[in-house]
Amino acid sequence: MVPPSADKPLLDDLQTLLGDRARAEDFELGLYGKDGSVLEGRPAIVCLPINSEEVRCIVNICGDHKRPFIARGSGTGLSGGAVPVGDPVVIATAKMNRIIEVDLDNRIAWVEPGVLNLDLSTQLKGLGFHFAPDPSSQQVCSIGGNVANNSGGPHCLAYGVTSAHVAAIEVVLPDGSITVLGDLTAEPSGYDLRGLFIGSEGTMGVATKIAVRLTQNPPEVRTLLLDFSDVRDGAAAVSAIIAQGLIPAALEMMDHRAIEVVEAFVNAGYPTEADAVLLVELDGLAGGVENGVEVVRRVAEAHHVGEVRLAADEAERALLWKGRKNAFGAVARIKPDYYLHDTVVPRGKLVEVLEKVYRIADAHNLIAINVFHAGDGNLHPILAYDSREPGVLERVHAAGRAIITASIEAGGVLSGEHGIGLEKRDYMGMLFTEHDMATQDLVREAFDPEGLANPLKILPSGSRCSDSFGQHVPEGAWV
Amino acid sequence: MNPQHFIEEPILRFASDVGSVGPVTVVGGQTQWEVGGLPFPGSREVRAPAGIWSHEPEEMTVRCGAGTSIGDLNEKCAQFGQMVPFDLNSEATVGGVLAVGRSGFRRLRYGPIRDLVLQIRHVDHSGQIVTSGGPTVKNVSGYDLCRLLVGSLGKLGCIAEVTLRCLPIPETTLWLRGAGDPFEIYNQLYRPSSVLWNGKQVWVCLEGVKSDVESQAALLDFEEVDSPPNFPTQGRMSLEPKALRGLAGNSTDWIAEIGVGVVHCGESQTPAPLSNTNKVLMNELERRLDPSGRLNPGRQLVAT
Repeated sequence: MVPPSADKPLLDDLQTLLGDRARAEDFELGLYGKDGSVLEGRPAIVCLPINSEEVRCIVNICGDHKRPFIARGSGTGLSGGAVPVGDPVVIATAKMNRIIEVDLDNRIAWVEPGVLNLDLSTQLKGLGFHFAPDPSSQQVCSIGGNVANNSGGPHCLAYGVTSAHVAAIEVVLPDGSITVLGDLTAEPSGYDLRGLFIGSEGTMGVATKIAVRLTQNPPEVRTLLLDFSDVRDGAAAVSAIIAQGLIPAALEMMDHRAIEVVEAFVNAGYPTEADAVLLVELDGLAGGVENGVEVVRRVAEAHHVGEVRLAADEAERALLWKGRKNAFGAVARIKPDYYLHDTVVPRGKLVEVLEKVYRIADAHNLIAINVFHAGDGNLHPILAYDSREPGVLERVHAAGRAIITASIEAGGVLSGEHGIGLEKRDYMGMLFTEHDMATQDLVREAFDPEGLANPLKILPSGSRCSDSFGQHVPEGAWV
Repeated sequence: MNPQHFIEEPILRFASDVGSVGPVTVVGGQTQWEVGGLPFPGSREVRAPAGIWSHEPEEMTVRCGAGTSIGDLNEKCAQFGQMVPFDLNSEATVGGVLAVGRSGFRRLRYGPIRDLVLQIRHVDHSGQIVTSGGPTVKNVSGYDLCRLLVGSLGKLGCIAEVTLRCLPIPETTLWLRGAGDPFEIYNQLYRPSSVLWNGKQVWVCLEGVKSDVESQAALLDFEEVDSPPNFPTQGRMSLEPKALRGLAGNSTDWIAEIGVGVVHCGESQTPAPLSNTNKVLMNELERRLDPSGRLNPGRQLVAT
């Protein structure tokens, strides 16, 4: 780490710009060293800009001092993407939280990056529109963070991930210039830089304004809870529903342990004796929804479903979803810590990979809990543990690696929606060749030749820029 | 070997066809051949392989050589009640359609074609194969080079193989024609597949289960027609959806996609200018991904 005195000229410049919104107190730096993952770093300085121009000036000052910078939304990311490494300046977007314009004629809203995901949809409620990406953290995660990670959520099964819902982004590039990628037209000129930027985890610049697409609220919604006495039947039902040509709005699965912890936490009336439940949501016009309910019911019966519970009203529907969306927090009832994984496998391999996940957890003496987006094969195994047990983190990491390997062997990918960040960058070689990654690095470099934007993320170390910062990941952290 | 790294033989042959020296032009179905300018004469012509390597109905994905025609692709998918909604000339190739990047007339419901792409293998300027994206329906592993390649006119790499997301063929498809304010009609309907307007008439495409299509159709006093209108093909404009209102009273031949912003028109159009900053970024990408400018020379996305 750079000794604090070396940061003094940089801090002076930033404080001239921002006053007390540029900070370097020990306690605060510690707070901004973490995100939702188990990884931890430490920033040199934390900045809280209030507009694009301030972001531009911060990035310019960082450039003058040859100091990396890292944009940060709500810090709910699970792959260490917002963990500061290389003594960077953190640019926290929390104070950039205005909804700038709602343009219903274009079905677009311009928002600042710090606007919270759910706040936008809440604001739009009376207008008949919403922002479709709905990560489980949607009450707290920011739209800027959604852009950085190309976030998903249960409803992206039918509606697509963040990239499908962003038309344009105002970006401060690593050289301090400001530009808009994409526009509100259907076919912007030139290459799709917008699409490239989304999911680049802050390594190509800082998003300062985002034009998100607004989705019509569906006229009808039905939510069903199906319980199965064998998790394999539940998983097979998932494939069978999709094979019927039905794409539900959401198709979520919870295994026995997940049901137990969630039920004890939210009392949603989940059947605690079941081996697995599916939460299925159908939306759209009445005919399609009723037809979908029948298809789901028929498929479920063919797969030995126990009870088919159809939410009677909005309150019951909200309760069923509350269980799903709070599942991760509920894990604290079993163990104080958890490690949440995120891989995708072909739907047809769900049963096989789930069984492997249980075996892997057993072999490492850990508890595996599965709550996940079954409809798109997006597994989220949770390994619950107590970090006070000596050596437990090593077991957690070994099990994690085995789960990722099993997913890739089944024809899957490293991450469905959480991103690569620091956590998985050294696994990129499982999915990509050296040449694939070198090509990705060339693309990144076109945006950031100096390697100042969120360095050491996504691509494994060994590329030119990463080397110059060395390894700053703390001892015991998993990289 | 990791299954992810297995590459089909025809892709390897295509890579050696592209090679590492001399200008090359990838030829597809030549249905949108003139977009972005004609290739330089004398540049060597290569064709991406045709063939559907796998269609997995339960995954709703299909993997094929980029030289596969849209017709063949949809014929294969239709055997399982599925489709890839490209809505273009059936002679067009998958790689060509993606390289040009123009979506079909049902984009309003199904989204732009780039969102149907899960994985692309391309051959780069050095004749090497690069894989980006992933085979699953959801994936955020690594930089999204697929987005960059769609609409790139082959300037950053030659698309060799793609994995696409399929969709179920709707139970009912109904085209209607009538008169009225197209913007009001669009706002009245729930997720129509297409709303088209030529200044005089409005066409609407409704899809879904029969009862929904009928209930939506009942909101309009329109007559049923067999198919969409013929689109003028010479020109194409890309406007903000709300800017389409400004077309009212324009007496030339055009058809606008309401809610999308694409205007099909009779005269060729110059694309909207790029900001200097974006031009620099795009030039930097071209310089890095094709340093000698050998891939599809003559095609131009970024005016110099």
